[in-house]
Amino acid sequence: MQKLLLLGDEAIAQAALDAGMSGMYAYPGTPSTEIMEYIQASPRAAAEGVRREWSSNEKTAMEAALGMSYAGKRAMVAMKHVGLNVAADAFINSAVTGVNGGLVVVAADDPSMHSSQNEQDSRFYGRFAMVPVLEPRNQQEAYDMIFDAFNLSEKYKLPVLIRITTRLAHSRAAVERRDARTQNSSSLPSDPRQFVLLPAIARKQYRALTGLYEKLRTDPVLSGYNRFAKSDNKKTGIITCGIAYNYLLENLEQHHDDFPVLSLAAYPVNSDAIAELVESCDRVLVLEEGYPLIEEQLRGLLDRDVKVAGRLDATVPRDGELNPAIVAAAMGMKKDSGKEVPAVVRQRPPSFCKGCGHADVFSALAEVMKGYGPRRVFSDIGCYTLGALPPFNMVNSCVDMGASVTMAVGAADAGLFPAVAFIGDSTFTHSGMTGLLDAVIKDSPITVIISDNSTTGMTGGQQSQATGRIESICLGLGVNPDHLRMIIPLRKNHEENMAVISEELNHHGLSVIIAMRECIQTASRNKKAAAAKKSQTV
Amino acid sequence: MKCDVILAGVGGQGILSIAATIGLAAVERGLFLKQSEVHGMSQRGGDVQSHLRISDSEIHSDLIPHGGADLIISVEPMEALRYLPWLAPEGWVITNSVPYINIPDYPDIAELKAALEDNGNTVVLDADSIARELGSPRSGNMVILGAASSFIPMPFEILEHAVQQLFSRKGEEVVDLNIQALRAGREAAGRE
Ligand code: SF4
Repeated sequence: MQKLLLLGDEAIAQAALDAGMSGMYAYPGTPSTEIMEYIQASPRAAAEGVRREWSSNEKTAMEAALGMSYAGKRAMVAMKHVGLNVAADAFINSAVTGVNGGLVVVAADDPSMHSSQNEQDSRFYGRFAMVPVLEPRNQQEAYDMIFDAFNLSEKYKLPVLIRITTRLAHSRAAVERRDARTQNSSSLPSDPRQFVLLPAIARKQYRALTGLYEKLRTDPVLSGYNRFAKSDNKKTGIITCGIAYNYLLENLEQHHDDFPVLSLAAYPVNSDAIAELVESCDRVLVLEEGYPLIEEQLRGLLDRDVKVAGRLDATVPRDGELNPAIVAAAMGMKKDSGKEVPAVVRQRPPSFCKGCGHADVFSALAEVMKGYGPRRVFSDIGCYTLGALPPFNMVNSCVDMGASVTMAVGAADAGLFPAVAFIGDSTFTHSGMTGLLDAVIKDSPITVIISDNSTTGMTGGQQSQATGRIESICLGLGVNPDHLRMIIPLRKNHEENMAVISEELNHHGLSVIIAMRECIQTASRNKKAAAAKKSQTV
Repeated sequence: MKCDVILAGVGGQGILSIAATIGLAAVERGLFLKQSEVHGMSQRGGDVQSHLRISDSEIHSDLIPHGGADLIISVEPMEALRYLPWLAPEGWVITNSVPYINIPDYPDIAELKAALEDNGNTVVLDADSIARELGSPRSGNMVILGAASSFIPMPFEILEHAVQQLFSRKGEEVVDLNIQALRAGREAAGRE
């Protein structure tokens, strides 16, 4: 079969298409974005009418995917790890409703927080919701697991969670494809009340779910992914989860059979597999790319029957992603590192692109804010969070999508005046609108700056649901038109923009300033694409 | 055979075209390949790197172990030094000499030069000028790749062919310019 060189993300996307998926739902977020981008760019997806539009946020994506599943078709939803927090309401309850068409949820975790606010481990969500979790070790397995995930989902009528991490998502390797299968035809759930979680129905289905979850432990497909390699060594046994296995192999090189190794990639785990390893060894080392999920379970509350080493006893660092060196150290192997980084090397933090509109908004805001005391700018998640770094040092919060607006509301309630919320357009339609409604209703004395670059800039310029709609959304939510202002963040408008910001900061009620200028990266990409299209048609 | 390469640069400098070229060449040779990239926040002018691993046997880790890289290929001189902990004792550094200054405390150029010289096993060349002289100022990355080519265990023609594949969509002229850049880099490194 055809071999392709694919990122982990792309392997998942290709597999979903080959496995007969009818719809893909997502909100962009590193390191998951490329899954949807691959499907959007796929000519086959277009030809076969696979639905593949961005959603406003992860919750709407999850719900739309569940709706497609309700109608009998296979659906996939992908998000970064913290996106699953947003989608959690729908995700947890989708395990209770169960599914009709196969439903696969991909959560891309970002340990070491390369591009994130925390490093939460989505496997916990799988256990919490009581659904099967698959954690591929490599790109090929990512591809293969998607087929199994759809099959398992349709077999057990449960959503299946795929958990990947940054290094797999954004690493390329050869992947062998399978024969593509056709999409499901539409069909309604056989039980008309399956999706109606009224308490009486929910109680019954929840009880069934708890039983089903235990049954999953002995499912042959899931257990088949958890491989045990015996060894004569009875001293240290090793349990790896997901890609930690690769780092182990990297260190063992030719000596694979020096240790008994249980390599886990599917959950819930069959306890027999764990028992076999634990009972045959004096000590167990647990290597997990993420939180100590298996390690905690092994230790139990009393933590005294099994000798366990891992993140909780500092054999492995408590936080951060793994790598070959960390695994070598945990194994007590001496590995020589290269030279140290010479002192002349300086930090090079990310920064605004030259000419970015956000930077112009910040320079106007910074100058106006000089008159008002420090630390009153609540911000959000996007390129503009870089306003926290020099030269601006303006951003005083970045917590979760949409929090700028509502944190400003709360701070204003506590008497902070003026308080500013600084949010991007895509983040605004993701989760800022509802907070703005709260502010409208109590005419909160805050100034909300929506820095509208007409794209989702940070993740590489995906379409923003907000484009062309922000003003009407604000008016529709009830923002007073007298305090809904537009500015164009260009150097030449600096004085004028300062005047607008200053006026609205002094208003003792809600103001919204929309600063609109397209992201220069997206603008230049669009220009290139348009030129390419033109030259093609000529 | 195995060849582990750290590609280094600043977000926006396009180190991935180098990775893609070596990747295509590796596929043509039927080699195993793993290549990890940086997406997201650091792409906004921060330091970026890519771990590229090719081998004739299966590759396990997506990341190159510390002290294991055969090569650091960098399109920016300070960024070349950032990854020395990954370089094997006998490994080589191939880097552009032209600094990309987007931070206020960028080091003194003479100090930077001295640190590169101190390292030994280092080839430094002004890829920007070479590319400009060829009339293709945006081909600096291919000049650097050319300079590194004699350290990559693959016939040069295979790399040339990969460049051709990579740029074929952009027309013959672009292909030619990039192949010239690749050759010029190889020659320049040979003179070093
Ligand atoms: S990508 Fe766009 S929004 Fe982000 S910093 Fe660059 S110009 Fe600004």
